[in-house]
Amino acid sequence: MSGGSSLMDSIFQRSLEDLIKSVRLHLPGGEPTVISKALEEIRREIRSTDLTTKAEALQKLTYLHSLHHADMSWAAFHAVELSSSAFLPHKRAAYLAASISFRPSTDVLLLLTNQLRKDLNSTNHLEGSLALECLSVICTPDLARDLTPDLFTMLGSSKNLVRKKAIATSLRVFSQYSDAVRVCFKRLVENLESGDVQTVSATVGVFCELALKEPRAYMPLAPEFYRILVDSRNNWVLIKVLKVFAKLAALEPRLAKKVVEPICEHMRRSGAKSLVFECIRTILSSLSEYESAVKLAVAKVREFLVDDDQNLRYLGLQALSLVDLKHLWAVLENKEVVIRSLSDADPNIKLEALQLVMAMVSEDNVTEICRVLITYALKADPEFCNEILGFILSACSRNVYEVIIDFDWYVSLLGEISRIPHCKKGEEIENQLTDIGMRVEDVRPELVHVGRNLLIDPALLGNPFIHRILCGAAWVSGEYVQFSTNPLELMEALLQPRTNLLPPSIRAVYIQSAFKVLTFCLNVAFLPNEAAYSSSSCPINEYSASPSFAGHESLTDCEQDEFLNLRVLSQSVKAPSVKNGGDTAVNHVKTSASLPLRNDILTQKSADKMFTLVKTALAPLVGSHEVEIHERVCNILGLLELTQNEMTGCFSREKGNFETEELKAYETIKMMRNAFSEEIGPVAVSARDRVPIPEGLVLEENLHNLETICGDVQFPISSSFFLGRPHSGERDGVSFFNRPIIEVSESSNESTLLTEHRKRHGLYYLPSDKKEVVSCEYPPPNDPKVQDDITDDAEDLVKLTEQSLVRKKKPSQAKPRPVVLKLDEGDEISVAAEKPESKDDMVSGAVRELLFGSDAIPPSTQINSSDKLSSKRSGKVSEVNENVGNVRKSEHRTPSSRKSKHHCHGKERESRSSEKNIELREENGQSNKQKSGHRHGRHKARQRADGIANVVSQTPVIPDFLL
Amino acid sequence: MIRAVIVMNDKGKPRLVKFYEFQPVEKQQELIRSIYGVLCSRAEKVSNFIRADSILGPDARLVYKTYATLYFVFIFDTSENELAILDLMQVFVEALDKCFSNVCELDIVFNFNKVHSILDEIILGGQVIETSSSEVVKAVEEAYRCSSSNSSFTPVVN
Repeated sequence: MSGGSSLMDSIFQRSLEDLIKSVRLHLPGGEPTVISKALEEIRREIRSTDLTTKAEALQKLTYLHSLHHADMSWAAFHAVELSSSAFLPHKRAAYLAASISFRPSTDVLLLLTNQLRKDLNSTNHLEGSLALECLSVICTPDLARDLTPDLFTMLGSSKNLVRKKAIATSLRVFSQYSDAVRVCFKRLVENLESGDVQTVSATVGVFCELALKEPRAYMPLAPEFYRILVDSRNNWVLIKVLKVFAKLAALEPRLAKKVVEPICEHMRRSGAKSLVFECIRTILSSLSEYESAVKLAVAKVREFLVDDDQNLRYLGLQALSLVDLKHLWAVLENKEVVIRSLSDADPNIKLEALQLVMAMVSEDNVTEICRVLITYALKADPEFCNEILGFILSACSRNVYEVIIDFDWYVSLLGEISRIPHCKKGEEIENQLTDIGMRVEDVRPELVHVGRNLLIDPALLGNPFIHRILCGAAWVSGEYVQFSTNPLELMEALLQPRTNLLPPSIRAVYIQSAFKVLTFCLNVAFLPNEAAYSSSSCPINEYSASPSFAGHESLTDCEQDEFLNLRVLSQSVKAPSVKNGGDTAVNHVKTSASLPLRNDILTQKSADKMFTLVKTALAPLVGSHEVEIHERVCNILGLLELTQNEMTGCFSREKGNFETEELKAYETIKMMRNAFSEEIGPVAVSARDRVPIPEGLVLEENLHNLETICGDVQFPISSSFFLGRPHSGERDGVSFFNRPIIEVSESSNESTLLTEHRKRHGLYYLPSDKKEVVSCEYPPPNDPKVQDDITDDAEDLVKLTEQSLVRKKKPSQAKPRPVVLKLDEGDEISVAAEKPESKDDMVSGAVRELLFGSDAIPPSTQINSSDKLSSKRSGKVSEVNENVGNVRKSEHRTPSSRKSKHHCHGKERESRSSEKNIELREENGQSNKQKSGHRHGRHKARQRADGIANVVSQTPVIPDFLL
Repeated sequence: MIRAVIVMNDKGKPRLVKFYEFQPVEKQQELIRSIYGVLCSRAEKVSNFIRADSILGPDARLVYKTYATLYFVFIFDTSENELAILDLMQVFVEALDKCFSNVCELDIVFNFNKVHSILDEIILGGQVIETSSSEVVKAVEEAYRCSSSNSSFTPVVN
């Protein structure tokens, strides 16, 4: 660039103001042109030897970069160059450009080191300020290392303005270069005693940031913080100190005791809402064991909740959500406000209120709360409507439907939710429909009823959001077809023309369900007796096959002729069958009532009708390109072909000489039906992990890359239900690796007692640390006590057995809670135990070293021991699994024997559980140790990498500073 | 700490963007756009807080306030108090008001550098360093007085 044009640039250069004006005045859509033109100018001007021209160009570029996102990485060197100008505005422009545009990878960053050092040590504090402002943003490990001594000097600056900036900068420097802590820490601590309130505020702010990441290291500073807590009257300082104490108090009970009173005092005295809120938060989150403090805090929360200011209402609700479960009274006390907030204009407040409402859900009020929420959902905008529905679904299914007593109600609620216009929770509802079907036997008739109502409505097929729900409905209807009041109608619903609106994967489920319905009908038509026979031959099916069973019972007294007469008569059979089957359990009445209707499908006419229906609906699909559909259609048509002729023969022959055994189709149908009446249970998430890997089999080899390829392929959910169905003959074989390990829960009787017990001893049932249960043998279902206070477990059990023996007053529920199947471990929500990687590990390590002295324990020993532990642990787990397998076998019991065994079962459980307690406790300890082992491991790795020795990883005993 | 301060107008045009942790320009743009999307959808007279987890990651909180045509947005984490940040926002606006006597959007548009200087006196490296608007004004005026006395030509900054 020649000097001449440079001069021209200087004279005719547009200022930043001109640039801004031109950008503002551009024609619509012309902005990019204006900017690129300006950038062209800047590229020329910035190379000028005249610093003023350069500075102006840099300013323009910074502006365009910051607000119009123009690239300025190419100009980094110009910023460095300009920073050396003695003229303050130039320097300011240069540092601003650097702080806005430099990234850690900017290569000229290190060229700035010297200039920064010079300015940090400058006699002009304005230059120092500028350098600090820049350093606080662009600091890298290299810069931090090189400038630590200068920062140290500035921390002792006599000018408060500079000192507080240096303090704030030190946080960034520490995080980049932990050794800076060793140099600067003492000076930083000294600033806590400064007379200047802003200096103290900045210092406390820095400690607050540091302590949030690793509180324990700052415990020795507790006396300093305590002094500030008591003496300071500056709200900013107090808020930060409170945040520090919220962390420290959780670690040291004695400290908690000491600070709780001053905090309450602030809460009473202060008029500043921010400070009061911080006090509330500290008490509710970290000091919740101090009843009187909690009471005071909740009273303050109430003031927030009824305030006109929506910010305070919002924060009040947020504070309530912090309330520990053992202080649930605080939420209940404010129930009306919370419910009222559901209709607040502010979406934040609504959402917060919704969360609180869901926290209040219990067995007693779940119906009422859901009722209220559904009314709100119907009125709400689509987004909030779905929030509400999501909350209902998750709250009700929490912990394997812990709060649900009346599953019939819940299932019909699911049906109702499906029909809410904005509902987009299809997948969740589908999962719950099938899940409940598998887990809760007693609810299946109602489930089939709800499913039928959804399936027969052709309008629903037009709504893609409901397709997943329909998928679930189709599956339950097919799987539990024996509870259907009208299989023919169900068949029609499954094959209706509008099903072509469904995605193929769901349509495949429909077809498979139709297959099941057909098999069921044929089975009943061909072999009424055999149906009963087959069911009694499979102990696992007692319940699912109960209608046929009941039918069998009802017919045993009758002559064969009479039976056949009954088959042709339709409704008249209802009374005798109910009467004869009257001695079976009450809940069978419903299913046996469905029996007579089955006669409809037995007539020649209706059979023909069904065959025609299936053929017309499915024949066109034989050519489907979707393999799932194609295959299933072929199956069903094949079965139809096989049976149709013989079926006709069967009807023409009429009664008497009716020898089904001769028919070829007989075996097939029997087999099919047996296969379909095989109960499908929930499968543990971890089921596959239990399969021992055969020796010599390297699973990962070669297929390793497959994961990246198949990672996001989603298999249609339906296939998992149908493809892996075990053949009934091998049912008890050990070969089924994906066999669910089912824990049949105690009878409803006992579970209601449990409910009662739970209510009475509510304190035991705090939210549990789920990890604890993962490897436990098999927790008694519906009994969260195992997940809770383990030490009180034995005592708890004693009370429980006492109760079950004494049988005190019946709980208020009209209906006993049905049995809910639970898996031993698959139902545990796998809480990611991942501890957030703490960046400041090394900072706090250095701090500890300074504050505690170095009595480090070599981490290597820790790691070794944890390795040993983990190997021991895995051994135990496999042992446990074997046990589970054994127990499973003994679970096939008839319903009557199940009832009679209650008592001994309970006792068994007692002894078993107490054994388990010990084991659990052990394991607990181990896992804790292991966890810390991991942490040390990380420390070690880092130490090696960075070559920093003596990071103190073991916390020494905390001296009693305050007492 | 405070992670970012953003001032934008009611059309979504950024007027001041300051991130205290490095963010690539594209990411900044995306953040500003999604924040603006949320702000637009909010009715008047609702609370000043927004759940920002989805936009800014866990722990992130967002406080905003509308002044005439401008949204002031502060993004911060759990080590700050929501109400205190609202106050801080007030301090910032007061300081602007004192510096530009009766501040309006145009002042902020045309005083890019000075607005940054004012903010730098209040927040440094994500830490609050001054909470009194008059102290802030004093410091900024001192800085700019020195520069104008040294120079015959002060671009942009009046």
